Amino acid sequence: MKGYEINVHHITRVEGHGNVVVNVRDGRIEDLRLEIVEAPRFFEVMLEGRKWDEAASITARICGICAIGHTMASILASEDALGIVPDEETKLLRKLLIDGETIQSHILHLYFLVAPDFFNVGSVIPLAGTHPEVVKRALRLKKLGNEICEILAGRKIHPIGVLPGGFARWPLPEEILRVRKILEDARPDLEATVELFKTLKMPELERKTEYVALKAPGEYAFYTGDIASSLGKVTPPQTYLDRISERVVSHSAAKHVKAQAESYAVGARARLNINHEMLRPWAKGVLKALGLKPPLTNPFHNNTAQLIEVLHCYENAIEMCDELLARKGYVHRMKQPTKYGRGAGASEVPRGVLFHDYTLDADGRITKANCIIPTGQNLANIEADMHTLVGQMAGREPQEIQRGLEMLVRAYDPCISCATHFLEVRFV
Amino acid sequence: MPGRSRLLLQRGQEGEGGALMKPKLGVFSFTSCEGCQLTILNLEDQMLDLLGAVEIVNFREAIDDRRNDYDVAFVEGSITTPEEVEEVQAIRGRAKILVAIGACATIGGINALKNRHDLATTKQKVYGDGARHFPSEPTRRVRDVVPVDYEMHGCPIDKIELVRVTKSLLLGQIPLPSEHALCTECKQRVNVCLYDKGICCIGPIVRSGCGAICPAFGEACVACRGFLSHPNIASMVEILKSKGLSRAEVEDRLTQFNSLTPVDLSPYYLS
Ligand code: SF4
Ligand code: SF4
Ligand code: SF4
Repeated sequence: MKGYEINVHHITRVEGHGNVVVNVRDGRIEDLRLEIVEAPRFFEVMLEGRKWDEAASITARICGICAIGHTMASILASEDALGIVPDEETKLLRKLLIDGETIQSHILHLYFLVAPDFFNVGSVIPLAGTHPEVVKRALRLKKLGNEICEILAGRKIHPIGVLPGGFARWPLPEEILRVRKILEDARPDLEATVELFKTLKMPELERKTEYVALKAPGEYAFYTGDIASSLGKVTPPQTYLDRISERVVSHSAAKHVKAQAESYAVGARARLNINHEMLRPWAKGVLKALGLKPPLTNPFHNNTAQLIEVLHCYENAIEMCDELLARKGYVHRMKQPTKYGRGAGASEVPRGVLFHDYTLDADGRITKANCIIPTGQNLANIEADMHTLVGQMAGREPQEIQRGLEMLVRAYDPCISCATHFLEVRFV
Repeated sequence: MPGRSRLLLQRGQEGEGGALMKPKLGVFSFTSCEGCQLTILNLEDQMLDLLGAVEIVNFREAIDDRRNDYDVAFVEGSITTPEEVEEVQAIRGRAKILVAIGACATIGGINALKNRHDLATTKQKVYGDGARHFPSEPTRRVRDVVPVDYEMHGCPIDKIELVRVTKSLLLGQIPLPSEHALCTECKQRVNVCLYDKGICCIGPIVRSGCGAICPAFGEACVACRGFLSHPNIASMVEILKSKGLSRAEVEDRLTQFNSLTPVDLSPYYLS
């Protein structure tokens, strides 16, 4: 097998539109690209001139899957720009919402997008006939995350009333109790999920790279934190521009087989590699039982890291409910802006760290906005892994290689509709 | 609505060997956040029934198969590139019924904010010298490009409405879109009107169907389901003015989702 071409137009079971293009001649990779072909949306420009209180609602629409994550990064950036410090209860409720979204998003990815590869089917639909229990369990678990968000913020896709300064409506104690009960009831399904994923063997692929995730004292950071890298530095979110550099990569000028060592990974695997000591007990125990020791250097283990995070978020969510319930007599009041300036916020969304950055004028209108999306940060790293995989699979049938590449891209859970501006981001 | 005569989908058409054929559904996505198609995947309680009633033949986000013999096409997203124009035309050509789903597809939604800016400058700002690689046209609704049989509004669409409309389509019927103001649903839900809490809301001019979910969670409606066909703009603007909103603030509310349905405010601001 000397030469072959792979051309996957609109890879399935990922968010958004992407193509995988590989061209091998005489055993050499001449061309290898993960093309992002989603229509550009220009959120940074759409935000210009809008009032600060619209930013969360507008930017949630960057992505339906991680709408809560975008809302969080947006309100963190706004609060920084407005001089608002949210109270502790507000933070607890925000963290509970994030747990709900993370569970929902990871379950969707693991069961609906990834599992079909391991059952050798094209989608979850045939599994409804052959493995109805698996599909029903998947639906129940996915609903769990959605329900938590629906009870607390009306919707999981584009939450309502989650604003800079607090919540437009604070949930009643019985609603938090209901969330807690829904969580408790899901435990057997999660145990069965662990058993199922124990039986799925991830393909082998090893490549050293850099991992970037947020780090916060005393917890496995999701809500916010400082920017941390496996190569050492820890700095506040506001320094993000000093730490990463963006550049436009045209999808036609793809001959650039660029310096791959400059790539880095974000997402569940990166978070786990950086924060695994802060995992809650069940999650930590299962990671150990699976025989895995961080750092996880196989990109396919992003799937495993997602499973571990589902368990962590589950335990964390119950803890958040208990903490909120313990604060009897708390009356929520929205905090008001004390200034209009510039602010940046960082939050961990299911696919990795997300940055929002707004500058406000004297009327509180946005004059400049920037959003840096996890999938954009992962692109260079995915391509680097694709290179390694193609090399490793040399001599195999092109269909097999193609399948391997699709599974690899899918493992990153890329969210292409999120990558509003397909800039590659490099860590410096 | 255009195209109505050629709708009627017959349930239980006979296929080969006398077996009943399920209607075939395709789900397509253009410029969007994919939240509306995700709402379909979020029908956890109805999913297995849905899969029993229709055959999903094209749904890139969820399945590998991509066939073109669908009867019904659900189309999410605004149309913003030449490639999308061609694709949506091809889908229209194949589908007996085309349903636009979500604000991006029905009213332009958040995507239409782009049209308030000069496109060339916008591209230059975001992509710099790379701008030429990314074709982009002004945002259009689906019905600006091809005939649409039904519009399911919302950002995102509402699950209950999704089930109701899908059932009607399976019975060969096209439901009528709501022409009641959001306030009627808000009252049914016994929400306290936000005006009583000092918050301005444009519910009186907005098409209902979401169950007034935003006021129920403390936030003002921003018309993601679009305006009524004959909204009383004059009295809406009078109310907002009387509550102290500036012209720019009134415009914010009317444009967040509805920049493609511009409202001329000059008659109300004579100064
Ligand atoms: S209408 Fe809203 S939820 Fe639906 S695709 Fe568009 S932005 Fe997403
Ligand atoms: S809150 Fe809004 S939708 Fe509800 S009654 Fe008042 S104005 Fe109407
Ligand atoms: S209340 Fe208004 S903004 Fe909210 S979902 Fe309903 S129509 Fe859309």
